[in-house]
Amino acid sequence: MAQAIERFVPDGATVAMGVALEPLIPFAAGHEMIRRRRRDLELVGPISDSLFDQLIGAGCVRRVTAAWIGNVSEGLGHCYRRACENAVPQPLEVHDHSNFSISLALWAATWNVPSLPTRTLLGSDILRTNPNLVAGDGLVHVSAVRPDVTIVHVQRADEDGRAHAWGPLGISEEAGLAAEQVIVSCEELVDASVTLSDPNRILFPETKVVAVVHEPGGAHPSPVQGFFKRDHAFYRAYADESRSLEGFEAWLRRWVLDVADRATYMSRIDTESIRVKRHRPSAPADFGDE
Amino acid sequence: MVAVASREIRDGDLVFVGMRLPILAYAVARNAHAPSARGLFEVGLMRDQPAAAFLGTMGDPPNVTGALWATRMSNAMALMAQGRVDLGFIGGAEVDRFGNLNTSYVGDPTRPKVKLPGSGGGADIAILSRRWVTLMSHERRRLVDRVSFITSPGHGDGTPGWRTRGGLLGGGPVAIITTLGVMRFPEGGGEAYLASVHPGHTIEDVRNQTGWDLKVADDVSETSAPTDAELSAIRHLDPEGFWTRA
Repeated sequence: MAQAIERFVPDGATVAMGVALEPLIPFAAGHEMIRRRRRDLELVGPISDSLFDQLIGAGCVRRVTAAWIGNVSEGLGHCYRRACENAVPQPLEVHDHSNFSISLALWAATWNVPSLPTRTLLGSDILRTNPNLVAGDGLVHVSAVRPDVTIVHVQRADEDGRAHAWGPLGISEEAGLAAEQVIVSCEELVDASVTLSDPNRILFPETKVVAVVHEPGGAHPSPVQGFFKRDHAFYRAYADESRSLEGFEAWLRRWVLDVADRATYMSRIDTESIRVKRHRPSAPADFGDE
Repeated sequence: MVAVASREIRDGDLVFVGMRLPILAYAVARNAHAPSARGLFEVGLMRDQPAAAFLGTMGDPPNVTGALWATRMSNAMALMAQGRVDLGFIGGAEVDRFGNLNTSYVGDPTRPKVKLPGSGGGADIAILSRRWVTLMSHERRRLVDRVSFITSPGHGDGTPGWRTRGGLLGGGPVAIITTLGVMRFPEGGGEAYLASVHPGHTIEDVRNQTGWDLKVADDVSETSAPTDAELSAIRHLDPEGFWTRA
């Protein structure tokens, strides 16, 4: 992970993360960006269940282009509030979206057009605060958003970058297709024969993928269908501790800055309480052999 | 509040279920009085039965197990953009007399007094679903005369036909359901009026906790208390009172 972030996420990059919404959030990648002291990033995403809040609090972010930033089960994002209200630790530029419009912005980039029209956001003041959303002819025109890099965490991937994810996908596909480059972290690193046995499940062409990181638990505390439940208590503790600036800084030292890597982090988590123990595989699809 | 909200769901409705309390309201309706109501979740899920275990978010594994459809968000939004979502639920931080919601900024957006998390899918539901309901704690600071920032438009400036003139697809809010009562809107838009007061509260309580001169319906009533079926559904789905503790 350290190599992937060092090489493909430079200062000032536009980075899409959390694109499956609540599940599969690439926390390990985000924490590595904090440890490497990345600066002036633009974060792109729909809702961000605490990860964007952490990156903002750590001073990595210049702008967010997002629909919602907070803690889904607990409410407000305290670092996000401090940045917007008091410029702590630094000022933050906000390009507000709705979930639908951020998806459309990424589809516009995917299809290589300047904008896409939609009926959503008519009558919303979001049009006043985001210059990339323009009303005209009874529609709203959503300008393309093109990430430099999209980071996803998935259940399994092969070393060529073919990523299999299952469960709800949120805006994963358009975020990957719109980006110049994709970083994949995965619970299981599998042989290409596994991913290619079900090509329908591959999120995007592996030609987009510049790095594959085998990072078990890389989405904790967010859920990973078939692997991990959501760690509600961890989200609650983050909400409580990040309420004050000092509390957030202590949290950040304990869980990010003073942690060498994801394996060390996971050794401090009670994984047995969140690991999925009852399994329910889908029926295989027969692709034939002729 | 959850039980009352669940009654807005009619049997057969396709319900767009927003974050937090609405997840529980859908589950209660489905178990209590609307057995064929389907839930559509923006994360990219459709269900015809509540999840079998507690949910902290709509993307939790129990909400995926047994789903009718696991897909991408734009497919869920597509159904709503086609006018196929009967009812949406949106949680709010601030609502005004015309049902407009603010979940973005308290104060000047360039230097807000409070930065709220933002729209999420709220604005999409408010604009595109056929009708919608908002749920919130009834406090004077939350029920304001006019919101300073409309994240999710209700009936705009309250003039008849505001939504139609603006090209908004859906019919807008039909109710504001709070911890104290239920406010409804006239057909075609306009200003909220008090339709019922929850047991244990008075009309004066509600009016005192509302930031505008709240109109009261001639036939204002007491909200029916939760039924046994509603209560047992809530206790089953939120056993530790994570969402519903007082």
